[in-house]
Amino acid sequence: MTAIALATHGLNKSFGALKVTQDVRFKLPVGARHALIGPNGAGKTTFINLLTGMLPPDAGTIELDGTEITALPPHERVKRGLARTYQINTLFPDLTPLEAVTLVACERHGVSRQWFPSLASRRVLIEEAYALLAQLGIGDQARRPTRHLAYGHQRVLEIALALATHPHVLLLDEPAAGVPAQESGILYEVISGLPKEIAVLFIEHDMDLVFRFASYITVLASGRVLREGPPAEIAEDPEVRAVYLGTAVHG
Amino acid sequence: MTTEAQTTKAIADFRAQVRWQWYEPLFWLGAIAWYFLFPTYLPLGTQILCAALFALSLDLILGYGGIVSLGHTTFFGIGAYTAGLLAKHGWGEPITCLLAGGALAAIAGWICSFVIVRVQGVALLLVTLGINLVLYEAANKAYTITGGADGLQGIEFWKLFGVFDYDIYGRVSFVYTLAVVFVLFLVARRIVHSPFGLALKGMRENWKRMPALGAALRRHGALIFVLSAAIAGLSGALLAESVQFVALDSLGVQRSVDVLTMLIVGGTGVLYGSFVGATVYMVVRDQLADLNPAYWYFWIGLILVVIVLFTRNGLVGALSDATDWLKRRRGGGTAS
Repeated sequence: MTAIALATHGLNKSFGALKVTQDVRFKLPVGARHALIGPNGAGKTTFINLLTGMLPPDAGTIELDGTEITALPPHERVKRGLARTYQINTLFPDLTPLEAVTLVACERHGVSRQWFPSLASRRVLIEEAYALLAQLGIGDQARRPTRHLAYGHQRVLEIALALATHPHVLLLDEPAAGVPAQESGILYEVISGLPKEIAVLFIEHDMDLVFRFASYITVLASGRVLREGPPAEIAEDPEVRAVYLGTAVHG
Repeated sequence: MTTEAQTTKAIADFRAQVRWQWYEPLFWLGAIAWYFLFPTYLPLGTQILCAALFALSLDLILGYGGIVSLGHTTFFGIGAYTAGLLAKHGWGEPITCLLAGGALAAIAGWICSFVIVRVQGVALLLVTLGINLVLYEAANKAYTITGGADGLQGIEFWKLFGVFDYDIYGRVSFVYTLAVVFVLFLVARRIVHSPFGLALKGMRENWKRMPALGAALRRHGALIFVLSAAIAGLSGALLAESVQFVALDSLGVQRSVDVLTMLIVGGTGVLYGSFVGATVYMVVRDQLADLNPAYWYFWIGLILVVIVLFTRNGLVGALSDATDWLKRRRGGGTAS
């Protein structure tokens, strides 16, 4: 029996009459590579917003490592090891990747409201930031303003920022969104190279990538968990094929 | 290139930001030179310094933290009235009056921060404006204390350090103000190059991402707002001490707009923008008001429009673009 890193019980969320999350019961084991799939409007991003505290649920609870975190603000959840990335780049255009990752390191070390000593003397934090960028293959981009980076590099930085918080649960909202198909594999190489202790939940539309990198799949449809199981089972499921795969797989 | 070498370069980047640039000593030597070059314009110089310090306080929240305010003179006015009222009621020691002005403004800033950190954008503009209007009318109504629309009159500050009397040419006042402004500039410079300064830039660049990276956004916002309010209060107290008078318009919306104009003309998020903007604004006003006292805002408006349309970030932005261009041209020249 593997330990559960992240779990939800009876999670509900409505926007007016629209029920975007309905009784979602979900478990993410430690070290999992778990895909969240479903047609547009299934409530995948809303689910991540609920998990990270960007949205309050109407009902239900969220547990991180067995402790309830439903009422915690987003930054407190991050401090406990829950990080996310965004489907649309949510970066710091005028900062360099190095500055941005150093900023996160300062937050993690609890020095982000200190004026002394200056940033230049925080050698350990800067080294740590550079090492992370180099490890993800964008070390040579570290000192250019983020807005000058190629889109693919910005997508890697999106993940680097989340990793800099040292999460043990990482939620990736379409990490390869907008990246040409031939390059999206590179992003997933980065993801599959992550330490095994990190539990990863990723939203992805490209079924080839899902079946290549996920060891478990949850299918959302109209805010409900339609099916969950290992990739082989999901691929064979007639209902999943009907609502999702049948329309999404081309050729 | 090895990781080791890259890290050293990266640290050098951060060092370069902290290091004094060639123009910085020149700038402060220029301020000292003003004392000798324009002995008849010392009161104007003092007012420029006070305005620049006020603009600097706004730069910390707006240019660095990305927090907009249309009512920052709330804290300028509180600082000015605190120093003025203390002097009027028997305690005219300049240094303590100055510190009291900064302290009271900081407390006011702390109280306001509970609302400020909960709103963004247009709502924030209106909240800051609203707080300012409430305080303005309160000061207007409480004329027995504040003197209302006539301003706070009959205040007298004691000799500075018990030695230097405020003279009619404004010499003591200028030197004192310049010294205080320089010290506070060093404080601001330290803040923007610290981990906290980096967090502020993060808030400006993308406040939405910050909580997702573990940042307690409201606590960051409250801290910089209190610091900024304190510096605004100190600038108000400095002005009250140098002119020995507090006008009701030190709490007026016009002054909030003026300081925003100075900052945008000079450039936001670059520290020196406040000084350049305040100097241009005050000198233009001084010269134009001589020519035509009624219509000088016309020219300020025109300058503002031209600068916003044709520069990337005010006059300092234009200057740095120009030096970059020259450097590139010179670099290209030697290469060919």
